Amino acid sequence: MNYRTPTGGAIDRNTVLRFTFNGQSYTGHPGDTLASALLANGVHEVGSSVKLGRPRGIVAAGSEDPTSLVQIEAPFPEPMLLATTVELYDGLVARGLAGQGRLANEPDPARYDAKHEHCDVLVVGAGPAGLVAALTAARSGARVVLVDEQNQAGGALLGVDEYLDDRPSAEWVADVVAELKSTPGVLVLERTTAFGMYQDGFVLALQKRTDHLGFAAPASVARQRVWRIRTRQTVLATGAHERPVVFADNDRPGIMLASSARTFRHRYGVLPGSRAVVFTTNDSAYCAAIDLAESGVDIPLIVDARASAPSRLATECAARGIEVRAGHVVTGTEGSGRVTDVHVAPLGSGHADTVVCDTLLVSGGWNPVVSLFSQARGKLRYDSELGAFVPGEELETVRVAGSATGELDLTACARQGRNAGAAAAIAAGFTPSGQVPLPTSDSRCTARSGLVLWRVPGAEDSSFVDLQRDATVSDVLRATGAGLRSLEHIKRYTTIGTAHDQGKTSGMIAAGIVAEALGVELADQRPTTFRPPYTSVSFAALAGRDRGELHDPVRVTAIHPWHVEHGALFEDVGQWKRPWYYPQPGEDLHAAVLRECQATRESVGMMDGSTLGKIDLQGSDAGKFLDMLYTNMMSTLKVGKIRYGVMCGVDGMVIDDGTVIRVGEERYLVTTTTGNAAKILDWMEEWLQTEWPHLDVHCTSVTEHWATIPLVGPRSRDVLAAVAPSLDVSNEAFEFMTWHDTEVAGVPARVCRISFSGELAYEINVTAWHGLAVWEALMAAGAVYGITPYGTETMHVLRAEKGYPIIGQETDATVTPQDLGMSWAVSKKKPDFIGKRSFARAENNRTDRKQLVGLLPVDPSVLLPEGSQIVETDRLPEPPVRMLGHVTSSYPSAALGRTFALALVRSGHERIGETLYVPVDDSLVPVTVTDSVLYDKEGARRDG
Amino acid sequence: MTADPTSPLAAWTDRLTFAPALIASERPFLSQLTVRVSDPDAVAALGSALGVVFPSVPCTFTTGSGPFGAVEVLWLGPDEFLVVAAPDLQLPIEDALRAVPFKGSVVDTSAQRTTLVLEGSHVRDVLAHGCSVDLHPSSAPVGTCVQTLLARTGIILQVTGPDRFTILVRSSFAQYLAAWLSDACVEYGAVP
Amino acid sequence: MQLIPCPWCGPREEAEFHYGGQAHVAYPDDPSALSDEEWAQYVFFRDNPSGPFAERWSHNAGCRRWFNAVRDTRSHDLLAVYRVGEPMPEVTA
Repeated sequence: MNYRTPTGGAIDRNTVLRFTFNGQSYTGHPGDTLASALLANGVHEVGSSVKLGRPRGIVAAGSEDPTSLVQIEAPFPEPMLLATTVELYDGLVARGLAGQGRLANEPDPARYDAKHEHCDVLVVGAGPAGLVAALTAARSGARVVLVDEQNQAGGALLGVDEYLDDRPSAEWVADVVAELKSTPGVLVLERTTAFGMYQDGFVLALQKRTDHLGFAAPASVARQRVWRIRTRQTVLATGAHERPVVFADNDRPGIMLASSARTFRHRYGVLPGSRAVVFTTNDSAYCAAIDLAESGVDIPLIVDARASAPSRLATECAARGIEVRAGHVVTGTEGSGRVTDVHVAPLGSGHADTVVCDTLLVSGGWNPVVSLFSQARGKLRYDSELGAFVPGEELETVRVAGSATGELDLTACARQGRNAGAAAAIAAGFTPSGQVPLPTSDSRCTARSGLVLWRVPGAEDSSFVDLQRDATVSDVLRATGAGLRSLEHIKRYTTIGTAHDQGKTSGMIAAGIVAEALGVELADQRPTTFRPPYTSVSFAALAGRDRGELHDPVRVTAIHPWHVEHGALFEDVGQWKRPWYYPQPGEDLHAAVLRECQATRESVGMMDGSTLGKIDLQGSDAGKFLDMLYTNMMSTLKVGKIRYGVMCGVDGMVIDDGTVIRVGEERYLVTTTTGNAAKILDWMEEWLQTEWPHLDVHCTSVTEHWATIPLVGPRSRDVLAAVAPSLDVSNEAFEFMTWHDTEVAGVPARVCRISFSGELAYEINVTAWHGLAVWEALMAAGAVYGITPYGTETMHVLRAEKGYPIIGQETDATVTPQDLGMSWAVSKKKPDFIGKRSFARAENNRTDRKQLVGLLPVDPSVLLPEGSQIVETDRLPEPPVRMLGHVTSSYPSAALGRTFALALVRSGHERIGETLYVPVDDSLVPVTVTDSVLYDKEGARRDG
Repeated sequence: MTADPTSPLAAWTDRLTFAPALIASERPFLSQLTVRVSDPDAVAALGSALGVVFPSVPCTFTTGSGPFGAVEVLWLGPDEFLVVAAPDLQLPIEDALRAVPFKGSVVDTSAQRTTLVLEGSHVRDVLAHGCSVDLHPSSAPVGTCVQTLLARTGIILQVTGPDRFTILVRSSFAQYLAAWLSDACVEYGAVP
Repeated sequence: MQLIPCPWCGPREEAEFHYGGQAHVAYPDDPSALSDEEWAQYVFFRDNPSGPFAERWSHNAGCRRWFNAVRDTRSHDLLAVYRVGEPMPEVTA
C-alpha cells in the first residue's frame, strides 16, 4: 500500500531511488529519509527492542527519535543510525536493529576530517529564530557561522504548511538563506549538528557532507567533518522537541508523535496511516489532525486530556467529522505488531471504549532543547506551565532564542532571535544596522499551554518511559522504592536517557514521574547533566585524518633513507624511528645482534645517534647553572673536555644522563637521552625562568641541527683517520673524553671521543644536511675493516655488558645515582645541586634499597625475560611472596659467550656472589648476583 | 671527497605541488640563527649589524636588508629571535652578531628546521584543518609570525602575503608535515 | 578545548601549554639547613584548594615562556595570568 500523497513535500518525485530494507526492495525519492520512505511504503515496524524483543517503529521525524535504529550494510557497514536521520540514496541497504549493530570488519575507505573555524557570532539552528538571529548579526558585519542539523534551513517550518507574510514559509526561508550566503564573512553549514559546547566559546559540530550521496560520494571529499568552532558569542536557537505521554503498551509501531506525523506529511508527502486516533494534552496536535484529515487520513477521534477542548479548533474538527473527546485519555493499545486498537477512557476513572485505528498520534507538550545551554553551564529552571526545564539564566556569551526558551509563537520566536542576534553582535563589538523584519504566520494553532501529564495510570510493566532502553514506569518506581531520590541516580539505576537519544523524549517524563512518585516539586529537582555529544558521533569522525601514517608523527633522522635502503628494522623511541637491527638474509634478532656486537667489539661498528637530545648553553653563569643541574661538577671542566653527568629531580631520583662538552669559556653543549630531549630543555628553562632568572645562561635546542654518528670499535681510529686527514687521531693527541673540531669527509665536524660500549669510539657530529653523505663516506672508508652498521639493540647489549644503565630502562623514578652504583658521579664538594638534600633523607639511606647489579643465570643459555621478578628461595613460599626486585635488561652476549642480565635488587650491592631465583614460566631459574660491569672491568679497551 | 648536503624534504622535491589547493616548496639550507637577548640597546645594535629592526611586537616578524642581503627576524619569545637569511651566511652572520657586545646567546640552528613556502587560494583552508590559530587576515595580517601546532607537530608560521605563508618545521617532523599537507589537499582536488 | 591567555602570545588552546603545578613555591635558599620534614614539605606537598589557585604554566608549543595563572579549580576558569616575578593579582572567584 502506498502512503505517498499525490502532491506536496520537499521531495523530487521525478526521480526514483531503490533501496532494500530487511531484505525487501522498496522505492523512495530524493529528499526522503529512510524513515519517510519506509512510511510511504506502509512500513512502520523497523526493529525490535533491546531487552524484551517487542516490535518498535518510528516515533519521531528527527534526531530525537528513540526507536528507529538501523544498520546500514551498503555502501559501507555502519551501525546504530536513526532511520529518521538517514537521507535516502539509490542502492541503500539497511536493516532494523534490536538495539545493537555491527561494526565493519574492514577499514572504512571514506575520508573524515576536522577544520577549525573562528567567528564572532555562532548561531545554532536555522529555524525562524536562528535565521533572524544570524541575519541580524550578519548585517552588523560580524563573522557569523550558522549551523543546522537538517539538509535545509527552516527548522519547525519544514514540518508545516504555514504561510509567512502571505507566502509559503519556504520562500521566506530561502530569501534569508540567500542573503546570508551572499554576505561576506558568513558561513552557513547544513547537515551540521553542534554536538558539544565547551569553555571559551568552543563548539564542536559534526557535518555530514557526503553521507547522503551514498555510492556516489566522491572518495576525495571528507564524508564527515568535525568543525572546531571558536566563537565570541553564541545564539542557541535549538528549538523544542515534542514529548509523548506514557500509557500502557505505548510502544507499538504506528504510535507516533503528532507533530512528527505532520512533518512526514508536509516535508515528505507521506501519510502515517489510514486511520489515526490523536491523543493530546495541548493545541498543537489539533493542527496535525486537521492537516492529516485534509490529506485523506481518517481521523475518528481526538482524545484531549484537558477538561475542555479549545473551542475554535474543536469547531474546525467537527466540520471535518472529527470527534473531540475532552477529559479523556488513552489507557492502552492492542495489536500483534502495529497498533490496531486504542482504549480510551475518562481521565481518572470510567468506562473504556475501544477505537479501531492503524495509527495513534500523541502529544504531551514540548521540551525546549537545552542540551547545549546546559553544557555551557547555563542553569535550568523548571517551567511548570510547559512542564519542562528551560534556560534559567542569561550567560555572558551564550543567548537562547526561539522555542528553545519555551516560547511557541513564531513571531515571538523570531523577535527573540533578532534580539539575541543583535545583542551577540554588540557584545562581539559590532553595531547592528537596521532591524530585520519579523515574519508573521497564518497558523491556525494558537500557542497555548496545555496540561502537564506525564503518564496515564495503567499497567506499569508495559508503560514505557525510555523505549530504547525498554525502561518502564515499573523500573522508575522500583528505583524510587529502593530509596533513590536524585535524578542522576535514578538515570543510572534505570538506564533511562542513556541510549543513543540521550533521553530527548524520555528524560523530562522520567523526571516528572519521579517527582510524582516522591511527592516533590519538579522545581526542586536538579535535572540530569547534559553532556556531549548531543547526537551520536562516530569514532571515524573523531579520529579524522589522524589515522594510518598520520596517526602520530614519525620523526626520522637525516640518515633514515640509508637505513631503509639497507633493510633495517625499526624501533619506536618516542616518535622517532630508530634502526633496531640490520638483519642479513636468514637472520633473526638474536643472530643479527650477535653479529653486530661481535663486529663492533672486534673491528668497527657504526650507528645513527642523531636522535640524542642536544642543548647549547651560553652565558657567564652556564657552569654555575650546570653545577646545579648535574650531580657532579661541571664548572671545573676544561675547554676541550667532556664529562659524563647525571641529573636528578628535587627528590634525588635520576631523571636523565648524558655528556657535557665544554665548547668555550662561557659555552657548553650537553646531550640528553633521546626520549628526554624536550623534557630536559623544558626542565632547564623552568629553573632559569622561574627560580634563577638572575643567571646569565641561555639554552637552545640543537638536537636536529646535528647528525650524530658513533663510530665504535678497535678499528674506529683507522676509519676516522681515513675520512679526517687533518685530524691527529693518536691517543696522545686525541684523548678519551675530549673533542676536536675538524673536517670529516670534507665537511666541518665536531668529533668527540666518548664511548657507550667500553670500546675505542668517536662520536662524529656534522650538520643534519651532511649526515647522510658523511655516513656513506664512513661506510666506504670502513669497508676494508668490515664496518658494520648496528641498531639500538646492539647498542643496548654493548652498554649493558659494561653495566651502563639506560635511563627509563634501569631507572623508573625511584632510583638514585647511588642505587645505580654511581656515587662517583655525585659531587661531595658542591654546596648544593638539585636532588642533593634528598640524598640525606632516611629513605634514601636504607640499606635495603633496590640497587643495580648483574645477574648471570647458572645455566648460561637461559635468557631471563625482562621484567621478571626476583625471589630469595629455590621454592616459592605461600603468598605473599617477597619480591627482591626485577630484571631490567637481559641479553645473550657474544663477548661473554653466554646470557646475562641487569637487575634492580634489594640490598643488591651486598648480595654480590649470592644465588637468587627468577620465576620463569613454571620453574625457578637460579642466577648468580654479580657486579653490574661484566665486560672489560679494567677499561683496557677504551684506548684501542 | 666532499659530502653533498641533503635537505629534510629532498625525497619530496617533486611531490610538493598540491594544485589546485596550493603550491608548496621547500627552501632548503637557509641560514638560521637563534638569538637570545633582552637588553633593548643590544637588540637595536644586533639589528643594525644585520640591517634589520628586530621585531618588538610578539608574534610578528620583520624584514630588512644589509650586509647579508635580505634578512628576516622572527619573534620567538620575549628574549628570543630567529634570524633567517640566504644559504651559506650562517658563519659570517654569527661573527657579525658576536661582534656586538651583549648578554645573551647566538646559536647556529640552520639545520634544526627546514622551510616550506605555501601559496594558493586554499592555503588558509588547508591550514585550518590542523591549526587552531585564527588565520583570517583581520586576525593574522601579513607580518604575523606565530609558533603553534599544525596537526601534530610544532611549527613557526609566518604570514608573508595575502595567500602566502612560510612554515618552519623541525627537520625530523618535515616528512610527516609534507605527508599531512599532501593528504589535506586531496579535499581541494589535489592528486596524492 | 579551553583557551589559556599567554601573557605574550595571547589566548591559545590549552594543548599548547604545559602545566607546572602550584606557583610561588620557591626553591629553598639553603636546602641543607632544612630538617627532613621541612625539605619533604618542599618536595612532596602542594596545596589542593577548591577555588582560586595560583599555578605555573608554560606556553610550550609557543614562546616557551613560563608564567603564572590563577585558576578556579571548581570551574577551570582562568581568573588572571601574570608574569613570573609579578605578585599574584587580586581575583574574584
